Amino acid sequence: MIVAASLVLIVLVSVMFHLVSPWWWTPIASNWGYIDTTLVVTFWITGTVFAAVVLFMAWCVFRYRHKPGRVAHYEPESKRLEIWLTALTALGVAAMLAPGLVVWKRFITVPDAATEIEVVAQQWSWSYRLPGEDGRLGSSDVRQISPDNPLGLNPHDRFAADDVVIEGGDLHLPLGQPVKVNLRSVDVLHDFYVPEFRAKMDMVPGMVTYFWFTPTRTGEFEVLCAELCGTGHGWMRGYVLIDAPADYEAWLGEQLTFAGLPAGGVRLAGTAEEGGDP
Amino acid sequence: MSSTSEDPDSGIPPAEVPDLPPPHAHGFWSRWVFSQDAKYIALQYSGTAIAIGLVALVLSWLIRMQLGFPGVFHFISAEAYYQFITMHGMIMVVYLLTAIFLGGFGNYLIPLMVGARDMVFPFVNMLSFWMYFAAVVVLAASFFAPGGPTGAGWTLYPPQAILSGTPGGTQWGIVLMLVSLILFIIGFTMGGLNYAVTVLQARTRGMTLMRMPLTIWGIFTATVMALLAFPALFVAAVMMLFDRLLGTSFFMPALVEMGEHLSYGGGSPIVFQHLFWFFGHPEVYIVALPAFGIVSDLIAVHARKNIFGYRMMVWAIVIIGALSFIVWAHHMYVSGMHPYFGFFFATTTLIIAVPTAIKVYNWVLTLHRGDIHLTLPMLFSLGFIVTFLNGGLTGLFLGNVVVDVPLSDTMFVVAHFHMVMGVAPIMVIYGAIYHWFPLITGRMLSHGMGLVHFWVTFIGAYAIFFPMHYVGLVGVPRRYPEIEAAFVPDSVATLNAFITVAALIVGAAQLLFLFNIAWSLRFGRRSGLNPWRAASLEWQTPDMPPRHGNWGEALPVVHRWAYDYSVPGAPRDYIAQDDPGPAAAWRHEP
Repeated sequence: MIVAASLVLIVLVSVMFHLVSPWWWTPIASNWGYIDTTLVVTFWITGTVFAAVVLFMAWCVFRYRHKPGRVAHYEPESKRLEIWLTALTALGVAAMLAPGLVVWKRFITVPDAATEIEVVAQQWSWSYRLPGEDGRLGSSDVRQISPDNPLGLNPHDRFAADDVVIEGGDLHLPLGQPVKVNLRSVDVLHDFYVPEFRAKMDMVPGMVTYFWFTPTRTGEFEVLCAELCGTGHGWMRGYVLIDAPADYEAWLGEQLTFAGLPAGGVRLAGTAEEGGDP
Repeated sequence: MSSTSEDPDSGIPPAEVPDLPPPHAHGFWSRWVFSQDAKYIALQYSGTAIAIGLVALVLSWLIRMQLGFPGVFHFISAEAYYQFITMHGMIMVVYLLTAIFLGGFGNYLIPLMVGARDMVFPFVNMLSFWMYFAAVVVLAASFFAPGGPTGAGWTLYPPQAILSGTPGGTQWGIVLMLVSLILFIIGFTMGGLNYAVTVLQARTRGMTLMRMPLTIWGIFTATVMALLAFPALFVAAVMMLFDRLLGTSFFMPALVEMGEHLSYGGGSPIVFQHLFWFFGHPEVYIVALPAFGIVSDLIAVHARKNIFGYRMMVWAIVIIGALSFIVWAHHMYVSGMHPYFGFFFATTTLIIAVPTAIKVYNWVLTLHRGDIHLTLPMLFSLGFIVTFLNGGLTGLFLGNVVVDVPLSDTMFVVAHFHMVMGVAPIMVIYGAIYHWFPLITGRMLSHGMGLVHFWVTFIGAYAIFFPMHYVGLVGVPRRYPEIEAAFVPDSVATLNAFITVAALIVGAAQLLFLFNIAWSLRFGRRSGLNPWRAASLEWQTPDMPPRHGNWGEALPVVHRWAYDYSVPGAPRDYIAQDDPGPAAAWRHEP
């Protein structure tokens, strides 16, 4: 009796907790509302199954608990029932998987109109690079990294010269413009994670990964690292600011380009030595 | 239906090999230390696993104290926190759960349940335990090494695992961790070959594969999987050890650490992840399948009803085992691997939900119209179904590639895998210990203490891990010793404190369980033969507990499956597997 009641209570408390607790995702700031929708569909399907199975179990425990004289029913198997249950389960699984795969296809297909930008991670800070006037990011290699060239851009690549390099500052992005975020790491695994954008991806030294999204509201959003990267992992923070287009242009005008870095970079003045790399 | 003939053993083939006596102990060392009796080795395995498991329990307390009350405990630095979570995870998954299910329950139950005198290679079995013991000693030694144990996370992802930004990365921690894993795998391979060959070759007359209890099916399938999966971890560990000690670059690309160019170049960190999870995902089922098997038997015995859909249950175990080898990259959806992998691995992952769901249905349908005795093994089985169902369903979030994107690397993942491969299998371990303790000791565990243990553990564990999903849903990442961010409301701190209090209480209840074992060994009620009136073979031994060699003069002959409970017309509500008559009411053999 107590056991059956406890099982019912677990279902009730779980459902109540889900419906009334204050803990839910942060308001979205990107186009990935599809992901939220798929997640909610999954909640409803799995929640229904959980409640149904546990309540049925509670009823069984209540109805068929041992009493003197009770004899269990003898029924080794029932093909019919098992086939029905298998089919229903397969249907429920398909109902979650199909929309999931459709949204995944969108997630990995970058629109042609997307601007390419780059996020570079190292223990334990974020740097950013924007493509500049030519709209293209120049090539890069960790072997080129030096105090003068913190992101390892290729000085012989003409596309790199006008790239905007943001070291230690915040990243600004214009509202409503799709953006492909290229991700690089110079040391260990990191993961560029802004909860409001829903999207995230690991950054792997030796390769370039990416995701894309469209910012859908202005504001300041905190960047966290979501892949364990050493003792500073929990404090590796930054900010992305989504600006109205005019504000964005004003901010962009104040940034330094790669060509301007070693000569005009105030922060690096006088510190450029031991430059073994080209 | 076949009728009973004059000779009850007719139709059962004769023994293919003579019945040889197992190697008996001759003195102190061969009896109590280097024992070759599988039952004793099982206890050695279990005792060692529980001992190192207690370390993991204390670590979980420390982890929760930091998360619930950040800044209060000054001795828990970020370095220490990462060391705690790493060692907690690795101990629980490998050194406790894998060791206790296969080395503990496997050793104890396989020979008894299939009607063998012992494992087929008793000497190798002894070596297996001592290799495992050495692995545990090396692991424990890392707590005392300069720099302490590794803090790389239990997944040990390079490059950080062997670099200076991670505790133990350039000191002893990671080296000892990898050496310990290598020793563990060598030891497991010796034991695993033994378990598999014993099941295939040493079953007694009449014990066909489709008459084996599901416990044996679960342990057998998990063993075969482990023999195929652990080598991937083995090579990954050897290669990372080379990267760390010899300066090779299997997993290390050219990189710049804190402004300094390192001499690595050309390796791939993602290859390590593939190797790790090629082991790591089957590992989840290496823990789960023995639990599936054992819980099926507990439910059948204590509901006095045959397990519903036995054949389906066997095939579900085998299919889950096979499928679990092609789902590994669902741990890597946001790893940067080629995005098209997502389609394949999401599909295989969600397909595996179907045979898994069938198992849940069949457990519940076994309860339906049963004669449910609410014994401790039954209570823990019910607790298992609830927690496994909950954890399995949240797996559908994380397996569905695009839903995983916002949730991966958050506390949602932590809550999910603790529920599904922490709490649920541990429920089964407890149920199994309450169930088989009389077989091992001849005494019953205290029911009163067991009830307190069950309710605190079940309700408490649910109170820890159910709300934790919502911490992850808010967006709180895992592996953060504290979380302060604009998007995290203050109420999350309150919830974290609640979870911590629940975790401390649940941990304390486990000490009551250990006390129960110690107390019952001495004062427990004597059980007599077969106290649960179970039909499976291990309860039909001439002595209780069974002696070395298990079966006295003659090996048993098996006449039926392990689930003849409440057979209409039978004189009792169970018919033992070695009982020649009456004829089974239901035969699935053609």
